Parts: sequence; C-alpha cells; structure tokens
Amino acid sequence: MKRIIPWLVPATIVLAWQAASMVGLVLPEFLPAPTAIAVTAANLLVSGELWTHVRTSAWRALSGFAIGGGAGFVLGMANGLSSLSEKLLDTTLQMVRNIPNLALLPLVILWFGIGEEAKLVLVSLGVFFPMYVNTLHGVRSVDQQLLEMGRAYGMSERQLFLRVVLPGALPSVFVGLRYGLGIMWLTLIVAETISASAGIGYMAMNAREFMLVDVVVFAILIYAALGKLADSVARLLERVCLAWNPVYAKA
Amino acid sequence: MNVTVLDHAADTTPRASSTSAEIALRGVTRAFGTLWVLHGIDLDITPGQFVAIVGRSGCGKSTLLRLIAGLDTPTSGSIALDGSAEGRRGSVRLMFQEPRLLPWQRVRANVEVGLTHTSDSAERRRQADDVIAQVGLSGRERDWPAILSGGQKQRVALARALASHPRLLALDEPLGALDALTRIEMQALIERVWQKKGFTAIVVTHDVAEVVALADRILLVEDGRVALDIPVDLPRPRRRGDPEAAVIEGQILDRLLRA
Repeated sequence: MKRIIPWLVPATIVLAWQAASMVGLVLPEFLPAPTAIAVTAANLLVSGELWTHVRTSAWRALSGFAIGGGAGFVLGMANGLSSLSEKLLDTTLQMVRNIPNLALLPLVILWFGIGEEAKLVLVSLGVFFPMYVNTLHGVRSVDQQLLEMGRAYGMSERQLFLRVVLPGALPSVFVGLRYGLGIMWLTLIVAETISASAGIGYMAMNAREFMLVDVVVFAILIYAALGKLADSVARLLERVCLAWNPVYAKA
Repeated sequence: MNVTVLDHAADTTPRASSTSAEIALRGVTRAFGTLWVLHGIDLDITPGQFVAIVGRSGCGKSTLLRLIAGLDTPTSGSIALDGSAEGRRGSVRLMFQEPRLLPWQRVRANVEVGLTHTSDSAERRRQADDVIAQVGLSGRERDWPAILSGGQKQRVALARALASHPRLLALDEPLGALDALTRIEMQALIERVWQKKGFTAIVVTHDVAEVVALADRILLVEDGRVALDIPVDLPRPRRRGDPEAAVIEGQILDRLLRA
C-alpha cells in the first residue's frame, strides 16, 4: 500500500486525461490521448529512433555531470580545506556563479557550434556550482569537536580527511548532487531544443515542425521519467552512503 | 546494564610506573590575549594517582587539564611527563564531556580510532573487542552510535580512550551530560578500570560528590591557582553517604560557595 500511494495522483491524472480525450473534451490536435501517445512511443521504440535520441541525451547528461560535478566537488573540497585556495578562487567563482549558465548559450553556440562540446560545456557549468557550493558548505560545517578528537587521538592529516572530513561533508555533498541533477536536465533540454542534431530535445523540436503533438508530449514524458530515474539513483546512493544517519536510514 | 567483567583489585596504592605516568608542572601559566587564566601552577602527580580538579565555572580547571593532556601549550612554565616534556601524545588519552564518536563509524571502528598506531587490522580488531567487553558493551560492536543511549555512547568513548593502554587518562567532565543513575554506574566503571589498569587519572568536574567518590586527591582551583589540595584516604569501593566523605564534601562546598 505504501508503495502505491505516491503513484495515486499521477495515475488519476492520466485516467482523467484519457477520459477527457475519449468524450471529446480535449481535441487530439491539442493534446492526444495517453493511448495515442503510447502507440507513438511503441513505434519510435520499434524503429530504433527513440533509443538513438535517449542514448545521445543520456550520454550528454552523464558526461557533463561527471565533468562539472567532479570539478565542483574537488574545488569545494580544496577551498574548504585550504584557506589559501579559498582566498584565491572563491571570489571569482562566486562572481561566475551569478551568471545563469543558459545566458552563455549564444556565446557557446558561436564558439562550439551545435556540436557535442556546446552541450557538454553548458551542462558542466550548470552542475558545477551546486556541487561546489554544497561541498564547500559540507566541509566547513564538519564538527570541530570531532576534528579536535581526531587530532588528540593522533590521526594523520590523511586519516582526518578520510575518517572525519569526507564523511562529515557527505550529507551536504548529496544535497548538491541532487540539486545538480535537476540543473543538468534543465540545461540539457534547453540546449537540445535550441541547437542540436540529435537527442530528445531535438526530437521534440523536429516533431513540432510537423505538428506531431504526440511526439512532443512523449518527449516531455521521457524527460520526466529520466529525471525521476536520476533522482532515485541519487536517493539509493544516499541510503547506502549515509546508512549511519537515522534520517536517511529509514527513508 | 551491569558490568561484571572486571575483577576488583584489592589494593589502592600507587602501582609501578610502567602503566602509569608521573606528572610535574612548574610555574605553568596560560593567557588568552590579555586574560590570564592560570597563574603559575606548580603541581606533582605521582604515578597511578586519581586526581580530581574542582572549581567554579571559568576558574581555569579545564584549561589546566587541556594543558596536561597536550591539547594546548602553556604561555610559560613547563609540563613534564615522567621527567620529559616530549612524547606526550601516545601515552595520554582524553575523554571529553561529549562522547565525540564518529557517527558514520560503527562502535568497533570508533574504538579502533584509539588504536591508530596498531597497523595490523586483525590485532586492532581483537584489542578493540577486548576493551569493548571491558566496558560492558559486548554484542554491540556492529551498532551505529546513533542508536546507543547517552551512557552507552560514553562507554564507547571510554573504551576508545582505554584501547591504547594510556598511562594517563584525562577526563574533562566526562559524566556531566548523563542522568544521575547512569552517572553512578559510570563512576563505578571508571573506578574499576582504573584499579585494574593502574593508569594515572585526572578528572575535571563540578560534581563534588563525584570527586569524593573517585579521587585520591582533590585540587580546588580558584582564580587560576590551586587553592586547596586535599588528600582523600577512604577505602574503595566507596559507599555513598559515608560520614567521612560527607565531611570532605562539606569542606569543598563551603570553599566553593564562599567565593
């Protein structure tokens, strides 16, 4: 029963939508029925077209996330641990942070065209800042009493980092990770919609040209599903890595 | 929870110094900016002695303990362990008012924090389990600290402190956050462990009854100086409500409240 509850609302919406389409309340040119979209989805799946687009988008998302998230994590750690590094870099990073990454879209297209690099740069940049800010916050909020204990018990700097700082910062890093995942999809959708030759966003824009509303709606649904999938993976990681924390253990 | 794993040592006289440290302070002062917390403390603690430091809040007793434990350095003066000012780290362990357990490590791994110098992991584990049994927590080695009670957490902290067989155990109000009954249990446990292992113990507290129950010698610190140095020569284990203890307790309280 507990597993069903979260899905009650989406299921009701889909059923109401289907009913509205069947009685003619919603015109198919405006919004096709769920069944019609399911048929479209099946066709795209069989033709292999869907797989190509999903694979392209997923690859862009993951590689951009790995680059931007990795850099954000490393710099957040560095600036949290070293005051020299923080003095040197933090002001610059905070200035750049206030530029919406999508504002760079025209510039990125001019520099990289509509190739893969453009998408990679935008996604990396979008993911970088939530990871950076939250990692830095996590390192800074590590319990000073535990650090003192670690030093008093003769831990080396390396042991202090691995046994006290890193695990202490981890809950905050996960906040950055989940926030970054949201920005990752947002950036990718916009970038693919404006300039791409493959990917789910491209599929949707292409379909718009031919008034294929069913494909457009289906593309949006795929984004929703992929976003949910990414969030579930992050939650699972959280539960494994933060099993010690009663807040996450029971969730 | 009862702790019956320890056998009671019959004698309470100071033991050989291979297990315990001798401490000598000469003219120790500590200032934070322009605020002088300690004014020239001279103090000798014989090996195996159980010393309690009492005083009102802000009298400098915790600062004194942190200096002896090597967590802080004196502004002037010297502190020597067994005649040497160096190499205090390995032989001194500190227990804090808070358990300060790593929440992301299980009980055993937390105790192993006290064994960072033992490189063999099987040996570390054996020693950790051994000392966990000594504090009466056998069977809880795989638990997360979050599910332990306050008293159990402090037991784990005690096990961590004892794991490396320290020659000096410094306790900074270790039982301050515990309820009255758990506190008495913990006092008995600390006393038994001290009697069995024979280390030198220094405890800072503001619980006068606790002091009289545990200490061989009571130092009353006032305005950064040792104002009273009282030997407590009562047989162990001490009974609560003992009339002789009550006299000493009254003497200390009078002095503390007079100020």
